[in-house]
Amino acid sequence: MRFPYNTSYRDAQKLLRYRADWLAYGLLAAVLIAAPWILPRYYVGEATYIFIMCVASLGLMVVTGFTGQISFGHAAFVAIGAYTHTLLLTAGVPFIVSIILAGVFTGLIGLLVGLPAIRVSGLHLAMVTMAFAIIVEQIVGRWKSVTGGFTGIPVPPPRIFGFDLGAQKPFYFLCLAVLLAVLAALVNLLRGHAGRAFVGVRDSEAAALSLGIWIAGYKVLAFSISAGITGIAGALFAHHVQFVTPEGFSLLLSLELVIMVMIGGLGSLRGAVFGAVFISLLPTAISAMKPFLPDRVAGQFGLETFVFGLVLALFILFEPMGLNGRWLKLKSLFSAFPLYRKDTFRRGKTYMKSERYR
Amino acid sequence: MESHVVQLVQLCLNGIAIGAIYALVALGLVLIYKATEIINFAHGDILMASAFVGWGLITIAGLPFWLAALVTMLLAAALSYVLEARVLRVIVGQPQFAGAMLTLALAFMLRGAVSMAFGPTSRTFPTPWTGQTTHLGPLVIADLNLVILVAALVITALLFFFLRRTSVGISVQAASQNQLAAYLCGIPVKRLNSMVWAMAGAMAAVGGLLLAPIALVDIGLWYVVLKALAALVLGGFGSIPGAIVGGLLIGIVEQLAGVYLPDGFKDVMAYLVLIGVLVLWPRGILGEAHGRRV
Repeated sequence: MRFPYNTSYRDAQKLLRYRADWLAYGLLAAVLIAAPWILPRYYVGEATYIFIMCVASLGLMVVTGFTGQISFGHAAFVAIGAYTHTLLLTAGVPFIVSIILAGVFTGLIGLLVGLPAIRVSGLHLAMVTMAFAIIVEQIVGRWKSVTGGFTGIPVPPPRIFGFDLGAQKPFYFLCLAVLLAVLAALVNLLRGHAGRAFVGVRDSEAAALSLGIWIAGYKVLAFSISAGITGIAGALFAHHVQFVTPEGFSLLLSLELVIMVMIGGLGSLRGAVFGAVFISLLPTAISAMKPFLPDRVAGQFGLETFVFGLVLALFILFEPMGLNGRWLKLKSLFSAFPLYRKDTFRRGKTYMKSERYR
Repeated sequence: MESHVVQLVQLCLNGIAIGAIYALVALGLVLIYKATEIINFAHGDILMASAFVGWGLITIAGLPFWLAALVTMLLAAALSYVLEARVLRVIVGQPQFAGAMLTLALAFMLRGAVSMAFGPTSRTFPTPWTGQTTHLGPLVIADLNLVILVAALVITALLFFFLRRTSVGISVQAASQNQLAAYLCGIPVKRLNSMVWAMAGAMAAVGGLLLAPIALVDIGLWYVVLKALAALVLGGFGSIPGAIVGGLLIGIVEQLAGVYLPDGFKDVMAYLVLIGVLVLWPRGILGEAHGRRV
């Protein structure tokens, strides 16, 4: 067991405090840098996609995991980010400006969508955002003069200072860099004033209000930040698919993002990354499993949907804290190794608690 | 009558028929919500699965329509009963979000299972009323629409009778108002909750069997649950009469939007109504007013 013991103010501010942290994250960094040369081409593309999904699920985690606002419509923000970025690039705006503008514009749209969050909460908000996502999908499909309708529009390759980053390896590193930037920004945001206000709003609005936290403001702020980050993920997603069509941003993508956040473990950035990695790899794992299944099952179109549902159901029933919870439990088991008790992580009995009047 | 008035009335009639199905689905959702405080996202998939089972019983097993309908309803009821008793009861006491996600997971599993069992092609089955119409002055009404309306009315009436006049129904109401108090009065809350789910499942099966001849027996039928949510919000969340009013209104609005508004509005009208109502008027038409507890 290790207890933090601060000897100076800077000690408490450090992100990587112990030598073990440096070692573990250093090893991870080395693996990620070496990966494009080790992995086969297909898996480098998959890894890039995972990074993009990590950014999107980090965005959703801010609003669902930390502020407690449920959004079933984040695919809409991915779509808005992707189309804004593509249109700006096509108009000749440089890549860096364009991706930032895409994030800002999506954030502004998120501000508008977040406004109802002041009045409605819980599952009602989930319905508002879901309806919003369906409407955005329809608008994107119908507004042919701008979005190209269902035929879609091609995405220009990413160019920074004259270097073309469209090839597989440079794009891998571009996505990795964006993911790291977003992660660093969020870690610092969430341990600062705003992040603690978010958690306060999530855990008890009444308590937060009595501490002088402006609830409406922080709810909308969380929504806006979340939408902005998801918009950036959308911009990268546009480069990944190279041809944006409305089908890529269906309700299914929204639900996938929610599942990532849920499976990863609500309320932790590490969980968002775990969830994104797990869910993005699931289709690959299923298709790798197919040769071992009976033909009758393997050839079917609904297998993937079924497995997604099964995994989600098992997580909610048996590990509500998600992958991150499992990780923390493993870690504490190892750190307290000989002193293991059978009931350490047994869940207490819970009773029905009405949320109808919240 | 002038032609555009005839058209308007005709559209409203069609809208009422579709709306009756939305109302049926919304009714199932509201029953489940009142009993267990879960928004059942799997409701639409139970409906879709029932439509497929009904198709199988009628065209493959060759059963007569009524028998097939009865068997389908029983199967859907049994499925819902088991889901509540064996799966959803495990997460009692966890936040509402967990319940919503669990039903979503069940929805995915049902959808996957149905598309694995039946394949992605859409199909249709015959009913006793297919292709028949009734003329009422200048209006032409498909008999199927009348049957839908009658079925919805009968189910609503039965439900009202059940909840208001029978002792089991009153127990259901008591349990939905305060589970602990109901339990202390000797009401078997767990069994009642499972029973409410079974009733909702049977209603979903009726909805599926009535909707399939209008739409098609297709995986996409589950989408009706989203329309039903819009109906529920419009009518006032958690109100049984509200679910019916909301469903009928959504059906009519959709039909009118399809003709009088630009192309594409028909598909999103229900969702526009949902957002508008929740933002401007969260109580809905018949919703109960309640304050916020600390």
